[in-house]
Parts: sequence; C-alpha cells; structure tokens
Amino acid sequence: MVRDHPAPTPGPTQEPSESALLVRRFLSRIGFYVFVVIVSAFFALPMLWLVFAPFDAHPTLAATPPSSPTLANFPDLLKDPYALPSLVNSVVLAAATMVLVVAAAAPAAYALSRVRIPGRDLLLYVLLLFSSVVTGTAAMVPLFLLVFDLGLINTYIGVVLVLAGGLTPAGIFILKDFVDSMPKSYEESARVFGAGSFQILRDIVLPYARPGLAVIAVWVVVNVWSNFLIPFILLRDPGMLPAAVVVYNFYTEGGQANLRLISSFGLLYSIPVVVMYLFVNRRYGFRFYGGIKG
Amino acid sequence: MNANRRLTRMTALLATAALVLTACSSSSSSPSATAAASSAGGNQPSSSPAAQPSSSPAAAPITLTIAANAVVGGKSDQEASWITNYVIPTFQKQMAAQGENVTVNFNGTGVADEQYKAQLALDLKSGSGADVFDMDGIWIGEFAQANYIKPLNQILPAADSWDGWSQIATAVQANMSYQGQRYGISSGTDGRFLYFNKDVFAKAGLPADWAPTSWQDILTAAQTIKSKVPGVTPLQIDAGTAMGEATTAQGFLPLLVGTGVKLYDETSQKWQGNTPQIQNVLNFYKQVYTTGLGDPQIQLAAKGRDQSFQEFSQLKIGILAESDYMWRGVINPTGGVDPMSNRTTEVGWTLMPAMTPGSGVNGQSFVSISGGGGRVLNPNTKNPKEAWALLSFMASKDAVLQYTNGQPQITQRNDVNSQILSSDPVLTFVATKVLPLTVYRPGFAVYPQVSQALQLASQEVFNGKSVSDAATEYNATLVKLVGADHVASGG
Amino acid sequence: MSPRAAEPTSPPRGASTPPEASAAALPTRGAVAFLTPALLLIGVFLVFPALWTLYLGITDYRLTGIQAAYPQVIGLDNFTSALGDPAFANSLWVTVLYVLGSAVIGQMGLGFALAWTFRRWHGPARSALEVLVITAWIIPSSVVAFLWIAFLDTHNGTLNVALGNANIPWLFSWPLLSIIVFNTWRGTAFSMLLFGGALNTVPPSYLETARLAGASSWQQLRDIVLPSIRGHILTNLLLISLWTFNDFSPYLITAGGPNFATDTLPIYIFRNALVNFQLGYGAAISAILLLINLGIALIYLRLLRARS
Repeated sequence: MVRDHPAPTPGPTQEPSESALLVRRFLSRIGFYVFVVIVSAFFALPMLWLVFAPFDAHPTLAATPPSSPTLANFPDLLKDPYALPSLVNSVVLAAATMVLVVAAAAPAAYALSRVRIPGRDLLLYVLLLFSSVVTGTAAMVPLFLLVFDLGLINTYIGVVLVLAGGLTPAGIFILKDFVDSMPKSYEESARVFGAGSFQILRDIVLPYARPGLAVIAVWVVVNVWSNFLIPFILLRDPGMLPAAVVVYNFYTEGGQANLRLISSFGLLYSIPVVVMYLFVNRRYGFRFYGGIKG
Repeated sequence: MNANRRLTRMTALLATAALVLTACSSSSSSPSATAAASSAGGNQPSSSPAAQPSSSPAAAPITLTIAANAVVGGKSDQEASWITNYVIPTFQKQMAAQGENVTVNFNGTGVADEQYKAQLALDLKSGSGADVFDMDGIWIGEFAQANYIKPLNQILPAADSWDGWSQIATAVQANMSYQGQRYGISSGTDGRFLYFNKDVFAKAGLPADWAPTSWQDILTAAQTIKSKVPGVTPLQIDAGTAMGEATTAQGFLPLLVGTGVKLYDETSQKWQGNTPQIQNVLNFYKQVYTTGLGDPQIQLAAKGRDQSFQEFSQLKIGILAESDYMWRGVINPTGGVDPMSNRTTEVGWTLMPAMTPGSGVNGQSFVSISGGGGRVLNPNTKNPKEAWALLSFMASKDAVLQYTNGQPQITQRNDVNSQILSSDPVLTFVATKVLPLTVYRPGFAVYPQVSQALQLASQEVFNGKSVSDAATEYNATLVKLVGADHVASGG
Repeated sequence: MSPRAAEPTSPPRGASTPPEASAAALPTRGAVAFLTPALLLIGVFLVFPALWTLYLGITDYRLTGIQAAYPQVIGLDNFTSALGDPAFANSLWVTVLYVLGSAVIGQMGLGFALAWTFRRWHGPARSALEVLVITAWIIPSSVVAFLWIAFLDTHNGTLNVALGNANIPWLFSWPLLSIIVFNTWRGTAFSMLLFGGALNTVPPSYLETARLAGASSWQQLRDIVLPSIRGHILTNLLLISLWTFNDFSPYLITAGGPNFATDTLPIYIFRNALVNFQLGYGAAISAILLLINLGIALIYLRLLRARS
C-alpha cells in the first residue's frame, strides 16, 4: 500500500512567490538527476570486471573488454564437480540460518520490548560485542572443540547453530526498534478480544515489524553466503562445502588466482543472492506500512 | 488475514525444507562424525569388495582416509585426480588381493595453505583427522612440538625398513624430519633460480646464454637493460611484506645463503641477526629498488606476485628470481595461468650466483633454496599397518610415475626423476644442477615470524630506512622471538 | 476483529527506551517462552565460546608448537605487548579513520540519502539502482577484491580510464581514501535497507500535515523524520561501526599497505597473531578491540542523548 506523492500546494502567506518555488523545484529536480546518475555510475563501474572477465579467455587484473571473447570459461568451471553443488549448499545453509535467526530473534525482540529490563540496550550491545569476538579467527579453537564435543563436526546443523548464535544478537538489536515503535493499543485491543500471547506475536507484531524482519532476513543470508571460516573449520566432506569455501579451489597450488575460473565462479556466486533479494523484495517488500490488514 | 496466513505458511514451509535438508545432509555423514579417529568424515563407501573367495573369514572392513589440500578440477588438481582415479582403486584392489577389506576415502579441500594447516591442527588436536595427510615440510617442527604427530617408527617400527628410502635423497628426506626423526615421506621438492627474458636481453645486447657468477653480474645486466630497454622492469626479486613467504623463499633466503650463512645454524643453534651477511642482503635490495633496477610498487601491492608473473609473461620484466613453479604452473603453455607459447625459446634460465664466487654456504659459488611437502601418518590412526601400507604405496615408483602422468616435474624419487625429466630442460636443470646445492628452510614454530621480520626489513630499506637501522630493528624483533642467546649478531 | 490500518492514536515512539511494562501487554510466562530459544542459542553458541576465547587472551596459547601442547597463563603480557607496539597505535588510528570515513559518513550518509530518495520514486530505474547497490553488498569478499583492484589499477583501471587515462596510482598514493570509498560502496546497502524500513514506520500523515502547514522537505526531515527514527539511527551507527572495526576485506585489496597505510586492526591481528597461529595473542587483541568498541558506543550514546 504505497501512497502517491501529492503535488505540492502553494503554501499560505509566508511562502515566497510561485516562481521562486518553481525555480527551487526545478533545481531540486536537477539535483535529483545528478545525484542518481553519479550514484549509479559509482555502483556500476567497479562491477565491470565481473561483466568482462568471465567472458575473456585471458582475463587480466584490469577490467578491459574481452580481448578474446569466449563462453568456454563456464564449461571449464563446471569440470570441477564441486562448483555447482557448492552453490546449492550455500543456499541450504543460508536458508536454514535465516529461519533459525528470525525464529529466535523475533519473539525475543518482542519480549524484550514489552518487559522492561534495565540496561536492555547495553546488554544487547555487549552480546553484539561478544559476537564480534566469536566471528573472528581467534575463536577458532573454542568453537571447534565445542562443536566437536557436541558430536556435530561435519554436519550442517553444527554450522547453522554456530552461525545463528553469532547473528541472533544483531538480529534482536535491529528488530527492537521496529517493535518498540508499535503502539501498545494494538495489543491491548487484541487482548480485550481474548487473543493469547502467541497469537498476538503472530498476527500483530510480526506483520507490523515486517520491514525489520525483511532487513534481518536479507542480512543473515548475505552474511552466511560469504562466511568462509565457520563452514571451513567445521565441515570435512568436500561435497558439503558452500561456495564461500569452494571459491578457493580456483587458486593454483602456488596461490595464484586462476582469473578465468574465479571470475566466472564469482559471477555465478553472486546471482542467487541477487535473485533472493528480488524475491523477498517483491513478495514481502521493505515498503510495507499501514499496521495490520483487516 | 490472508497475507499473514500466507506469510506463516511460507515461513513454515521454508523452515521445514531447510531443516529437513540440513538433517538429511547431516545424517548421511553423522555415522562418520561420531566414528572414532580413523575417518574425520567423508562419503560413506559405496564399494566394499565382495566377500573374499579363498581366504579365511573376511577381515573386518577397514576405512582409511586421505586428506590433502587438493581438489579435483581445482587447486592441485593433478594430485586430487591421481588420488581419486589411481591411488584409491589400485590400493583397494591390492588390499583385496591380500585378503583385506579396505576402503579409502579422500577428503580434499582447495584453500590457502594456512587455512589447510589450521584445519589439520584442529583435527589432530581433537584426536581425529585423516589417516594419511599432506603436510608442508616446514610445518613438521611445530606440529611435532605440539605433539600432533609422531615419528614414523614410533607409530609402526616396520616403517624404517621400507625400500623406498634409498631412492629419496637424504636432504629431501630431511625436509620431512624433525630432530633427526622421520615423520613422513616427502612427495617432491622444488628449486629456485633466475629466469631471464631472451627478447629483452637481445634488445639490451646481453648474451642469450647469460650465466652470472656474482651479484655484481646481475646488477650490471639489470643496469644495461635499464639504459637500453626503457619500459621494461630490469629485475624482479620478491621483497616486502605483501608477498609474504614468497619474499623470504624466493628473495631473501637465496640471497642470504649466497653470503655464506644459513638463516639458522644447527651447530651453534643461532639465528642470523644483525650480521654483515644480513646487511649485504639488505644492501642488495636497497640498490635494486632505489636505483630503478626494480619496481618497488609491485612489492607493495596486494597481488604483486601475480602481477610480476603477468608482466614477465608479457615480456615486461628482464630478470626474475623464482622457483620452478613458475615454469610448470605459470608460463606453461598448457594450463598455465599466464601461458607463454614459446617459453623454451623466449625464456632463459641460470643458477642463482653467490655474492661472489665461492662465497656461498658450504663454499658454493651457486645457491638455491628448496621447499616441498610430503605425507604424514596420523598417530591417532586405528589401523597403523594398513595406513602405512597406503602411505608407502603412494610413494612407490609406480604410483609416483602415475602421478606425473607425462608432466615432467621433480619428484622425490631419483629413479622416477631420471626416467621422466629428460624431455624438460628446465626441470632436468633443477634436478641435476640445482638440487645438489640447495638448502631447506628451518622448520621451527617460530620460523613464520622470523620470516615476517625479514620481509619487513627488505621493505624498509627501500622506503627510506638505512640498512643499519633496518638490520638493528630486525635484530631486536628476532631477540624478542627466540631470545638473545639464539641470535648471532655483529661480525 | 483486529485493529484496522488506521492512524495510531498516539505518536510512534522513536526513542530507544522500552515502553512501560504492563501486566496486560505481555505476561511473564509468555515473555520467558519467547526469550528461551534465543537465550539457549546465544548462551551455548555465543557466550560460552566468547568467554573461552577471552580467557585465551591471558595465555600464550598457540595452535601449533610447544605452546599448543603446554599453554601457560601469562597474565597481561599479551595486552602490554600489544599496547606497547607502535604498530598497534598506527593500526588503531587507521581504523578510526576508516570507520569514520566509510561507515559513519559514507555508508550512513549515502544509505540514508538513497532511502530518502527512494521513498517517493518508483519504477524500473529505481529498482535497477537498488539492485546495483545491493549487488555491491552481496558479492563475496574474495571476488570483490578483484573488482576493486581492476577498478583502481594505475594503467588500465576503469576509474583512470574514465578520467581520461589519468594513470593515477590510487592504491599507492591514496590508499586509505581508496579503501574508504571501497567500503562505502560495499556496505551502503545495509544502511539503505535499514533506513528504508525505518522511514516506512513514519506515518505519511504527519509529513502530509507538515507539508500543508508549509514546511519544506528539509524541515520535514529535520523536525519529524529524524526524531522519530532516532533509535534506528543509533542502532545503525552502532552496528556498522562495530562491523567496520572488525572488517578484514581491505586486506585483499591493499594487504595493509603500502607501508601500513591501510593497516586496520583486523589486519594487524591477522599479521601479528593469526599468520603464526598465536591464538592467545590474537584473543587478547580481540579483547582490546571489544573494549574500544564499547568505549565508542558510549560516546555515541552520549552524543545522541545530548541532542534531546
């Protein structure tokens, strides 16, 4: 439900003349276009390498139109039996972690919002700080030994639990603002009609906080998609590794990057997440406003 | 309510799907996850040989795992394909013929060396890990100190009587040893020397059979190139911290042993600190990178080594100090990263000279540094006899021949080398001329930090620091790392 | 019957203090049930390993070598080593500049500007730009490094070519600026998403009323929008500062150089602790990082409280 922007009306007496207003509006239009063009160029230009290199038989470290255009890099890429399966693995890991984080963070954000705990924000921030420790390499041994003792090495469950544990505090932190801004009158009315807490969560809070949920969902997926360290130290079966780990297959034994394969894999690697974003955006939208649908 | 119902249903569906997929993937591997030491995961075997016909009651099935930083179709594909297509089927057949029911799995990854090393350490620390795994020779010391690995003859005394030992040079065996004990079997080695571009040399009026005998010869040739062939970087010798271990292995150490000393001396148990020899090396770096004989910017770039390879293949560098990896994996017209179609006619190679004739370590006039790795036996293995059989099989003459697969390279075995290298001039050169005079890096836990200090010193001298200041700073770092009584300094 | 999609009867709360507890709003039993999954997850998989890691900071623990088999508690030695290292001070300063430039100014500024622009703009062009921004965020770090090395290359780089073959050695002469711009490019999407969601919680009716009363866009922004999303602004600031402080990706582009000009703290940790698997030392520096970030958060809180 998106509102159209109504035409500006000339204001009451203190506003300057109509012509001055028109000039101001004209300038702001120009400003708008300039801004959009510059920002678009800023974001698009660095991506040229990913557009050119995968289709070049001899790509270099510079983004030049292909000197020897070819489509052969992709079949070559597929000769690696793990290239495509790793993309599927990434999808599974990302989806599972996203579900777990949202499932843990949403009720927690709601509870923390309605039950006053002194220093709530500070507590959440301290958990956030811990998560920055745990996502660093310094935590490699504790995490490995913990998962090993739980018998979850080489399982996706182990990876998902560790990833979700690290991402949930930030999820709660982000969601709390959205939930805080929900007026209590909604819940109070619901209770008057006999709704239970879970119903309120599901039917009132979640829809209201949908923009926030969408933000966390996308953010979790993007994070898990790029995460190399955790899957790497916890998984051993090469067929289970996600794309973030498999991309290193395309370096030679001497550590040199095989640019043909890396660029083509990079292109394939980036596409699913973009698609996922478009899907979430189209279906659930980040622009939902309007409380609860009847 | 519709939107909410749909949202809920969609979420539930997604959740179930994800969790089911997760559970499925886990359950296919969880038996191995909870299995004890001998297999740290891997696909469940699909082929156990059928019941042994003639032998006595079939032996209990044994599963062995091999781990390596190699992946089919990716990093070190040669090794991964060899293991998957030759080693595993052949070994399993051999074992079956002896009445043993053995299945072998391969856990390959394709990541940076440090990451593979970390994964290995984590596995060994928790008492798990593959039965046979790859290791870089230089890690042996620190893993042994951490009690992650044990000498071969402590795991299986019979290991000492393997007949393959006689085919592996003592120096090469030492690369997989620590304190005189063998921990694994080497799987190859390499050597470092000078490449030069014959095109550039022709333009500069330098001979196509160039053979420098001192550092001054190298500098003179570089100066000639600088004046006669503008637009070409005369000399590239790895320097700086951005190139990491490449600086130490390709640049600093070959120069250092050319001044007559090794980085670490076993007799005196001292590391080279602020000594005249270290200063000589730093002076060489300073001269090259402050008088226009080399390109300092490449040394500071994140992908500088890649760039140096690219430039050499594009005829933009005159002289390059590198290992045979450059020949095999970079400028190789088949499958190289920066292929040169006419490398045999366009590229020349020559030994790295000592500072002056006879000034090198052991009185040598030419020097080199070598690295290499090998395979180690897991002390936690549940089946030492079979694991050793696998390990020694992988280093047997037939297996190594199969590994090379028609691609000339320097293997660990003399018999294989003499058979396969005749077609490749550079590798024959390395095997016959370079290896006899090479030195290996000290395999201590602290070595990577010493190496970093050397890299830093090499960079500071072309960033404005004087040689004596850089050497003093290096010395101070070294003292902090190993203690003053293990540092040789002064004259 | 549920409440309709009508205007709320009271202004939305923008501050970060939670509303008053009300026995009717959420009974304790419900609250506990809602908190349990998160608490369990965080307790086992976050707090426990984090505390363990921090403990490692007072030992000389290494992943390999003698100290792997026989680690010893060495008290605050790791901390004094780090704090006494001039390279640490350099790293800290570089990181502060990096965070200020790319996160506080770059990502938040550009992210907000985009979210504000997108509010009233729809259509294919807007979607295309949105996707571009998101893609920049999504492309994995290992691949993004190549993109930017190619973009900033001295001789054939896209930027230099676009500037008419300027041949400016960006990564050598302006390394810190280069990575600041890089990180702005990389992370703006998150701020854009967050602010986009936040802006949508501002009822359009308020802006309508203000516009009818003659307020310009600027005034609406300043007097209505910003105050009502102040909580979101603080949240975003805290998050992206923390994340940028811990961001390792510039390493792939500049390797901390040239000459440590872009040696941020994560890169410092990597060089000094992780290349050699000195996990005790690495943990100690992580602890220092944690305290620094805590300090910065308190500064932000002070600054934003003071404005009310």
